[in-house]
Amino acid sequence: MMILNNKELDLEINYFDKKNETLDREYLEKLQLTKLVKTVDQALKIEFYKKRLNGIGIKSGRDIKSFEDFKKIPFTSKDELRSSYPKGFLSVDMDDVIRLHTSSGTTGVPTVIYHTRNDIENWAFLTARCMMAAGATKKDIFQNMTGYGLFTGGLGMHYGAEKIGMTVIPAGSGNTKRQIQMMKDFKTTVVHATPSYMLHIYDIIVEEGINLSELSLKRAFLGAEPYGEQTRKKLEDLLKIDVYNSYGLSEMNGPGVSFECIYKNGMHTWEDFFILEIIDPVTGKVLEDGKQGEIVFTTLDREATPILRYRTKDLTHVYKGRCECGRVHRRISRITGRTDDMLIINGANVFPSQIEEVIMKYPEVGTNYQIFLTNKGALDKLTVKVEIYSKMFKGEISELDSLKKRIADHIKSAIIVNPTVELHEPGSLPVSEGKAKRVIDERSKL
Amino acid sequence: MKMTQLSIFLENRKGRLYDVCSLLGKNNINILALTIAETEDFGVLRTVVNKPEEAMKALKENGFAANLTDVVIVEVEHKPGGLAKILKILNDGNINIEYMHAFVKQHTDNAYMTFRFDNPDEALKVLKKNGIKIITNDDIK
Repeated sequence: MMILNNKELDLEINYFDKKNETLDREYLEKLQLTKLVKTVDQALKIEFYKKRLNGIGIKSGRDIKSFEDFKKIPFTSKDELRSSYPKGFLSVDMDDVIRLHTSSGTTGVPTVIYHTRNDIENWAFLTARCMMAAGATKKDIFQNMTGYGLFTGGLGMHYGAEKIGMTVIPAGSGNTKRQIQMMKDFKTTVVHATPSYMLHIYDIIVEEGINLSELSLKRAFLGAEPYGEQTRKKLEDLLKIDVYNSYGLSEMNGPGVSFECIYKNGMHTWEDFFILEIIDPVTGKVLEDGKQGEIVFTTLDREATPILRYRTKDLTHVYKGRCECGRVHRRISRITGRTDDMLIINGANVFPSQIEEVIMKYPEVGTNYQIFLTNKGALDKLTVKVEIYSKMFKGEISELDSLKKRIADHIKSAIIVNPTVELHEPGSLPVSEGKAKRVIDERSKL
Repeated sequence: MKMTQLSIFLENRKGRLYDVCSLLGKNNINILALTIAETEDFGVLRTVVNKPEEAMKALKENGFAANLTDVVIVEVEHKPGGLAKILKILNDGNINIEYMHAFVKQHTDNAYMTFRFDNPDEALKVLKKNGIKIITNDDIK
C-alpha cells in the first residue's frame, strides 16, 4: 500500500497494489501471455472448449505463443454459457469450489460462475484496487447498499472493502429510512449503490428533512446500471459528494472489472486479470483504441470457470493515452449502449449513441431527440428529429437552416449515413425514458 | 425608432398557427402584422403585436420557442409606386433588406410596412433624411 500526493490537484493518489497497477506496459503484455497459457490449459478441461480449441489446432496452452494465436480463438457467447447449464463450464473438482453465483435468469436459463478459494481471493483483491483507486482508505466507513446473495454486487465489494480495512456495514439494498439512519449513526463516508437507488436515497433525505450536515458522506461508487454524466453531476451537486463509476459483469466475477480513479476520466480495466478487446460487433474484427465497439473479455486467473473471449454485448471505447494517476491499465468509457441497440442503415452499422453524442454538442437543440427510419425500395432513409432549445432561438430562418445542415454534416461524418435533420418545437418529442422510444424503425422488410 | 417583432418557431403541424393565435387572443393581445416564412419541416411566424413583452411571456409559458427582433416600421403611401419610392430611397442609401411584410390594420389612408434590416440604425438614418415617416408605439396604439 502506498500513498502519493499530487499537490497540483490536491488529490491523493492511493494504490492498493502499486507494483501491478503501474507496471510497464510491455511487461504487462508478457504477463498476459504467460497467464493465458495457464488459462487455456484450464479451459481445455471443459468439454465445450476442448472441442472448440482442438478444432483450431490448440491442444495445450503452450500452443498460444502470441496475441495473434489468441485472436484465432472463437468468441464465447452468453447463449453458449447458458447452453451448458448447470455444470458445463466448471473446470475444477466441485470440492475445490467455495462459492457460485448465477445470473438472474430473467431472460431464460441462468449462467453459472463457480469460484475456487483463489478466485474469490482475486476478486476481493480487484475490488479493493478499485475502491482505493477511487480514494477509499481503511479510515472509511463503507455502507454497502447493493444486494447480497446471488447478485454479485454486494459480496464482491464487501470482500474488497474488508481487504482495504474499511469498516463495512453490510446493509444490502432497500429499507431506505434505516439506511439513512445508519449513515447518520455510524458516520458512513462511502457508499456503494445503483445510481437510481442513490437518487431515491436523496429524495428520502429531503422528504425526512435531514440536513446534509448530519451526514458524513464523501463518496459513492455507483454501477450495475447505465447512467450518464448528467446523473453523476446531479448526484454530486445534490449530495455534495464525489461519484465514481463502476463496471462489471457476473461472467467476469461482478464488480471489480473496470473502475474510475480519482480523475473520473474513464474506467481502468485490470488487464493483468482480464484481456480487454474491443471488436466490431458485426465483423468481429478487433478495433484499435478510440473506436467504439463491443467489449470482449478473457479471464486470466479464473480457476473454476475460465472464459475465453466472452462477448459482453456492452459498447464502449478504450481511451487513448495513459491516465495521470499512473496506472497502466487502459480505461474504457461509460457503457454507451448494447449491441442489441445497433441499427443497420444502408449497410452501415449505427448506434443511436453515436447520433446522440453529436446532438449533445449543439446547445441550440435540446436533449430530446428521435431517430426515425423509413425505406423506399432498397434505400433506407434516416431522419433525426431534434428540438429547438427556446433560449437559443433567434428567429432567423437562415440560422435554423444552417443549424440543420451543420448537425446533418456532423452526423454524417460520425456514422457515414446521410441523415435528414428535422427541427421540432420544444417539448414535442417524447422525453428520454430508456433507449427504446428514441428509435422508431418503420422500414418494411424486403 | 426601432420596433419589436415577435418570431415564433412553428412545426409544420396542423393547428399550430391556430394555437398561437388563440393564445394571443386569450391574453388580449392584438396582431397588427404577420407573415410566415416556411421551410419543409418548420416555419417561423413573424408578427407585430400591440403588447410584445406580454405576448413573449405567454408564449414562453406555453413552451413555444420565440424571440424578439428589432424591426423598422414605415408609413407607405397607399397608391401605385408608393412602396417603390421607399425601396428606391433604401436602394440609393445602400441599405439591405432581409425581409419585409405588410400591416394587417390600416391606421390612416397610408399603409404600414415592417422591414427587417441587417443594419436598422443606418436604415433609420437614411429613411429619416428622406422624410419618410417612421412608425412608433404611439401610432399603433
